[in-house]
Amino acid sequence: MNNILEVRDIHTFIGQFHILEGVTVAVPQGSITVLLGRNGAGKTTTLKSIMGMTPPTRGSIVFEGQSLVGKRPYSIAQMGIGYVPEHRAIFKELSVAENLQIAERHKGDLARKADLIFELFPDLKRLYHLPGGSLSGGQQQMLAIARALVPDNRLLLIDEPSEGLAPVIIEHLMSAIRKLAEQATVLLVEQNFRMASRLADRYVIIDEGHSPASGLMADLRQDNEQIQRYLGVA
Amino acid sequence: MAVRRSSIVAIIVVIVGLLAFNLLKSGGNLGNFGITVLSGLFQGMLLFLVASGLSIIFGLMDILNLAQGTYFMLGAYVAYDVQHAGGVVDLTSVVPDPNLRFPIAVAAAIVVGAALGVVLERGLLRRLYSRPIFQLVLTFGVSLVIIELIKFIWSTTPYSWTEVFGLRTQTFELFGQGFSVYRLFIIGMGFLLIIGIALLLRRTRTGIIIRAGVEDSAMVEALGINVRSVFTLVFTLGCAIAALGGAVAAPFLGASSSLGNAFLLQGIAVVVLGGMGSYEGTAVGSIMVGLAIAVAQDAAIGTSFSVLPSITPMLVLILILLLRPSGLFGNTR
Repeated sequence: MNNILEVRDIHTFIGQFHILEGVTVAVPQGSITVLLGRNGAGKTTTLKSIMGMTPPTRGSIVFEGQSLVGKRPYSIAQMGIGYVPEHRAIFKELSVAENLQIAERHKGDLARKADLIFELFPDLKRLYHLPGGSLSGGQQQMLAIARALVPDNRLLLIDEPSEGLAPVIIEHLMSAIRKLAEQATVLLVEQNFRMASRLADRYVIIDEGHSPASGLMADLRQDNEQIQRYLGVA
Repeated sequence: MAVRRSSIVAIIVVIVGLLAFNLLKSGGNLGNFGITVLSGLFQGMLLFLVASGLSIIFGLMDILNLAQGTYFMLGAYVAYDVQHAGGVVDLTSVVPDPNLRFPIAVAAAIVVGAALGVVLERGLLRRLYSRPIFQLVLTFGVSLVIIELIKFIWSTTPYSWTEVFGLRTQTFELFGQGFSVYRLFIIGMGFLLIIGIALLLRRTRTGIIIRAGVEDSAMVEALGINVRSVFTLVFTLGCAIAALGGAVAAPFLGASSSLGNAFLLQGIAVVVLGGMGSYEGTAVGSIMVGLAIAVAQDAAIGTSFSVLPSITPMLVLILILLLRPSGLFGNTR
């Protein structure tokens, strides 16, 4: 299988803290791959390192055959990577419409994608002219994902989409993520193991700045010992 | 929304209070009252020209540009120099008409302000984005260097504007009191600029990017936008507007090396009381402080309280911060 993204043995520091001490992640084209692991294991930092927001000091990151190391976040994004950060990072003072417009990379991006976005998240149509800050947590999450869909991204990095959301909304988000995975490859960070195991094809475990295990989600589901050891859930 | 309403109430109370005080004090003399209001608007607009740049630069880049007042002062010197004979650039023989020379002088000030803005941002500040304290020290240091350069080029003697031109000398009458047309011109220009910048922020893609960047510039960058080029644009614009302010103020205030710091301090007061990084707050705050200064100037006439006008901006700031600790339109962040 062809990998759209290959992260090999990256080391990342935040301040003086050595957060990633050799993380390797392969993301096959067209897959939904999930990063699993406990709080503080380095999952978010892995995504931020890919985006160039916390650039790695060692190791390689290759997207569609091109190296991302040393590039600024905006040029990494322009190569076709969408980022949906933890806590959504919706622009609260901007309207829903402006939150989407700002993500356009070419004129007319939003017009072309509007149908897809409103099909996935019909609520956004009703909220279109309200300020982002007035949306509920679930609506903000939908907007954050929709924002990453506006340009033609081929890889989406989504950080903890289920965080703080009610089960009904999580169900809705899961079906939306499944649908958008038909258009782009998805690399997900998810604490909620049940959600992750139902969504993802592949997993990579991140633990204390390393990536000790990876493989097919179907295999991990059977492997209680592995789940216990790295995730602490049964 | 409730917070916003309480801010608007506070604004109305302060402004109406100031005006009522002035009207009572002048014994219902509408001429005196009208002049005070116009003078307040005039000073408010000059303040806005310094404070708007400070506010947007702080909001977007988290940089308090302590050189902002110096750009104002520089604008005054450049405009003075271009307008008058015998300066560094002497246009009196090329453009003999002083009415024509004035817009050229203002344009020259804007260009010099913008050029030095680019140099400061691209050349120096950019290296210090992760070090806020260093930025403060740097902009302060740069302002000292520019002040010394100005003294070197134009000497330490303050200039007072002597060139007479049409706009500057015409007056009109309001309730029997004469008022300079030039001040009215500055008030009008200030309002146009307030509206123009608001339209830029609300209606253009660049404006959306700036407003988003004020909230979270790292996220803007992660969307594929080169935020640093927006930083350069905003910083340059801020410096150019400050230089414009100095240039149009020069026919009244002349050019002196103390001009910069006086306006910087008042500008900072305006930015804080308006709410750090809030454009509306800065616009409203400028007008409020301008009016307060004018009322204080009027009240201080004939008393031994001549210091009142210069401490007024800080008094207004203290009053507003007591009512609304995060400023008029500030977010509690």
